[in-house]
Parts: sequence; structure tokens; C-alpha cells
Amino acid sequence: MSTTDHARLRNLTFTGNRGLEMEEPLLFETGRIGVSGVDLDEPDEVESRLGALARAEPLQLAGFSEPEAMRHYVRLSQKNFAIDLGLYPLGSCTMKHNPRLNEKLARLPGFADIHPLQPQSTVQGALGLIEEMCRWLRELTAMPVVAFSPKAGAHGEMCGMMAIKAALDARGETRSIVLVPESAHGTNPATAALLGYKVETIPAREDGTVAAETVREHLSSDVAALMLTNPNTCGLFERDIVEIADAVHQAGAYFYCDGANFNAILGKVRPGDLGVDAMHINLHKTFSTPHGGGGPGSGPVVFSKALAPFVPVPVVEVGEDGLKLLEKRSQTAEQGGQGAQSFGRLTAFHGQFGTFVRALSYMMSCGGEGLRQVSEDAVLSANYLRVCLSDLMSLPFGDKPCMHEVLFDDSFLDGTGLSTLDFAKAMIDEGYHPMTVYFPLVVHGAMLIEPTESESKASLDLFIATLRDLVMAAQNGDKERFTQAPRLAPRRRLDETLAARSPVLRWMPPEAAQGVAQAAE
Amino acid sequence: MPETHFTKDHEYARIEGDIAVIGISDYAQSQLGDVVYVELPEVGRRLAMGEDAAVVESVKAASDVYAPISGEVVEANGALADNPAAVNQAAESGGWFFKIRIADRSELDQLMGADAYKSYTEGL
Repeated sequence: MSTTDHARLRNLTFTGNRGLEMEEPLLFETGRIGVSGVDLDEPDEVESRLGALARAEPLQLAGFSEPEAMRHYVRLSQKNFAIDLGLYPLGSCTMKHNPRLNEKLARLPGFADIHPLQPQSTVQGALGLIEEMCRWLRELTAMPVVAFSPKAGAHGEMCGMMAIKAALDARGETRSIVLVPESAHGTNPATAALLGYKVETIPAREDGTVAAETVREHLSSDVAALMLTNPNTCGLFERDIVEIADAVHQAGAYFYCDGANFNAILGKVRPGDLGVDAMHINLHKTFSTPHGGGGPGSGPVVFSKALAPFVPVPVVEVGEDGLKLLEKRSQTAEQGGQGAQSFGRLTAFHGQFGTFVRALSYMMSCGGEGLRQVSEDAVLSANYLRVCLSDLMSLPFGDKPCMHEVLFDDSFLDGTGLSTLDFAKAMIDEGYHPMTVYFPLVVHGAMLIEPTESESKASLDLFIATLRDLVMAAQNGDKERFTQAPRLAPRRRLDETLAARSPVLRWMPPEAAQGVAQAAE
Repeated sequence: MPETHFTKDHEYARIEGDIAVIGISDYAQSQLGDVVYVELPEVGRRLAMGEDAAVVESVKAASDVYAPISGEVVEANGALADNPAAVNQAAESGGWFFKIRIADRSELDQLMGADAYKSYTEGL
């Protein structure tokens, strides 16, 4: 389809709608000032106490009838791509199916209609659920303590690193360096930097993993911790991990493991057996709670015995007279167990309770055996893609098994004049959310695909056939299918450079916007 | 022709008397793609060789820029704030990042000359 064809298609209808796909303007473009969808009686005469501060002009707010307002948001929601619509192979994000059973349980009134300030005696069931979820996490990780309050993965990283800092403080040591391999998640160096550490990057060896020898070369009495992602962002298991953990501990440092990729090893490997001191778990990835615009994240952190005294409050204490949420450091100090030297509090209250319900629902409906099958199937799916695509696409570390995600580089596009970005955009026309692109940085033009265990073989086969068709089109010189993509989405390809260099973050009336555009030129 | 040295991480140091003009190489800008933002060091900051000195952000990624040699920052290229595209248009001239007063000339021996850098990038 040529650009002219597309222009014709766009202008095909009077409304700008295409079939039942609605073109939806901004509220400010369609609303009428003074209109309200709420029909209330005029209030009795009220004397204004605002004096000179009273508005002389009414607010220029766009107004709508109730059905108009409702349609606006429903139409926008229908433009959102979601795991409920199709395969969402965004690498490192674990976009798996969110079972509806989780939602049903989270909406039970005993969970949904309670308040964090209720007396603890009236929410024993909810506290029991938190404790039960933590028990599952302890069992799955072989780590003795869980801090459940962090609200996302990066927040969990910060929680883990703050406990490490507190442990070093308690030893009277000030260490200034955190080691982060180049194949780690991007949030790892950011977390370390936020806590005032200097980040030292550890290069990977030829096969994309970290060598214990290289870690040893970087260790010193000034290293506070190593932050390792396992499996790493190349989708590869760090085989030297036990040796690395030993070396880190010998240097008096702590070992933080980024658990974002836990979906690959669930039920197969327990981080506690590997010598990990702290690891966050993305409930919203591994345990199927909605995320990526669909719901809040939750990043509980599991801790080793060495760090158990330093975990944040609150903690759940199981006593003879029921469950208690210990919310103050004085309380945990008195108990002398987990959190006895707590570094403090990270969040108001206790974290994302609704997400705990969903995660526990998932864990219990899968069961221990089922959770093992989750990781086996996730790894199988990724390897199925690898094997079915390796003749056409290029694997940077050779054709060998990967974990739950498969990483391609852009060398299969050499000579086509097309980039990873072009390839990703063409996937949108085919109805797929693109994979993660240009990450990890260590691989040229990276394309990181994580299919998860949710996809059936039929779904994977269609995806494989689509990618094969795209690769062949690219190699046969059908450039327009890529450089013009997306051609069929509600919007064409945006000028990402212009958007980043001159972002327009505020809506302005058309006349004012024109003035700004002219000034920018 | 001015004397220019390069690092393996694609920074350059162009020597102008006691001053070194620091930026990223033309090869680096071509790999990064359109540059959208540059964060520069403050004037007066003392940089050690290899220390994080600046950040360059493109549509693809944000990358650290390291000090190729030690020295004190004497000037930062403020024009990049309004026009980061200068890095793409003229990485090794108008798109320079900052200037430092050279602390230790012998550090230059650890860097590559223009020819050595050219063959280094060809091998990547």
C-alpha cells in the first residue's frame, strides 16, 4: 500500500472513523463550555466569602453529557493494546495472561472493602493472606524473610539495597561501590546511584554471561554489593552464580539478585541455595497480576538470614493470640526477630494488598507442581521461537538454549537498509505489540522476545509465521512495508526525535499552538 | 591538523594547548541515532580519567560519557541544550561536550590516535 493509498483510506469516511474503529479527539477539542452531565438543583442563595478572590470569568472547562464522557473513555480504552487482546512479547516484562479467577477473589468484599486503619482484630483474614503469600515466597526462594511493602520492582531493589546499606552501617563500615554487570536490568545502576553508591560496570564474556573471575577482579573492601540479574537480560542463566556469590561474601559484600526474570526458574532453582542475600519478586510479572498500564505493580523482597534484622516495617508476626502487623521499629526491635534493626518504612501502610490477593490466587491455583510447569513452559516457548526462527534471524551468542526469552540482533537485516525499529513497527500492522528493542545495550539492534507460558502452540506458530514473512519481505526489498509502518494503526509512525527534542506536554487551543509552532521554527 | 585522541568508549579529546576539547566520535553518534538530550558537567568540576562526566540520550538509549583524561572542566557547550542535533551534525567539531584543563599529559599515551581509532571501529 503506498502513502497515497493510505491518505485515501484516511479520508475515506466523513467522520474519520474507520468501520467501528472510532477516531477520538481530545476532550478539550470536543467539549462544550458550560455543559454538564450532572443535573443538580440550583443551590439556595449562598453568600460568597471569596471576596476579591472570586473568579470574574467562569472556568473554561469542557463539558459533556454522561454518555459522551463515557464513550470518550471507552473509545480510548479500546485503542490500548493489552495481553487480553493478543500476544505481547515484550522481553523482560513477562506479559502473561492474568487469570480471571484472581480478579474474582480480589473483589471479595472481605478483601476489597476493608481499610488499613481498621483494628487489626477485624482484619485477621487479610493479615493471614499476607502471611500465607509470604510463606509461598519463602518456600519458592528458600529465603527466610519477606518484606512485602515495596510497590514495584525498582522499589523492591531500593528496599533490598537499603537493607544492605543498613547492614553495613551496623558493622560500622562505609563502602562506596556497587558492581553491576552490563547485562543487568537498567534499574539496577539507577538504584545503586540513588542510594549514593558509585556504580562499576562488569563486562560480560563472549557468551553473554558474567565470569566469576571478572567479578573477583572488581571486588575490594570498598564494594558494598553486587547486583546481578539472573537469568540475565540476554535470556541466559548465569552459570557462575554460586562461585560469584562466594566471592562476593568473601569480600564482605552482599549479593543482590534482580528477580524480574524469576519466571524462568520458578520451582526449578531457589535463590537462597545460590547464596543470594536479597531479591525482589515482581508479583505483577511472575505471579500474573495485571501491569503495564493495567494495574499497580508489587515488588516484595526476600532476604537471607544475614539481612533479616534490617528489613523494613511493617512485618507480620504470628502470635498465640492471632496475627499482628508490627508497624513501628520499636515494636520489631522489641520482638528481636525480623526487622530488629529495621531501616524504617518504605510505604504508607503495607503495600499493594489487592495484588497480594491476585498473586496468592495464582500460586494456589497452580500449586507447587504447576508453578514448576510455568517456568518449564515459559522456557520451552522461548526456545520453540528460537529454533523456528534461527535460520532467518540472527542469534548474537550462537544457537544454544535460552531461558524464558530469546534475544536476536539485527545482523539479519544487514544490507536491507532497515533497522530494528522499522522491523518492530511493521509488527504493529500485523497486530502484534513489538518485542523489546535496543535492549540490552550490549547487543547491536537487540530484539528481545518473551512469549511466556500463556501462549498456545497455535498462537506461537502464527507469531513465528508472521515474523518469517516479515524477515523475507525485508530481505526481498519490500522496504515500504517497514519504513512506512505502522500503516494500519490509528496513528502512523510518530517522529520520535522531534517528540523528544521538542515535547509538547500541554494542550493549547489551536491558535495558541500555531503560535508556539511558529516560534519553534 | 589538530591532535585528536580517542577512547575505546568512543570519546575524543582534541588538544588545543593546555586544553582538551571532549566529545563523542562521529562513529558514536552514528550508532546512537538522533541525539535528543545532553547532560554536561559543571564548570570547575575535577574529573578523573574514566570518570562519568556527561550523559548523552538518543531515541534509542541513554549512555554515559567518560572523561578520556583527567582535568578540570573549564567550559561546557551550552548550545547543546537547545540544539542536541549538533552532536549528530558535527560530533567532532560544533557538537563538542566540554573542555578541560589537562592535568596529566602522559595519560594521552593510553588513548588511540585517529588512524588507530578508525581501524578499531572498522573491527566492531
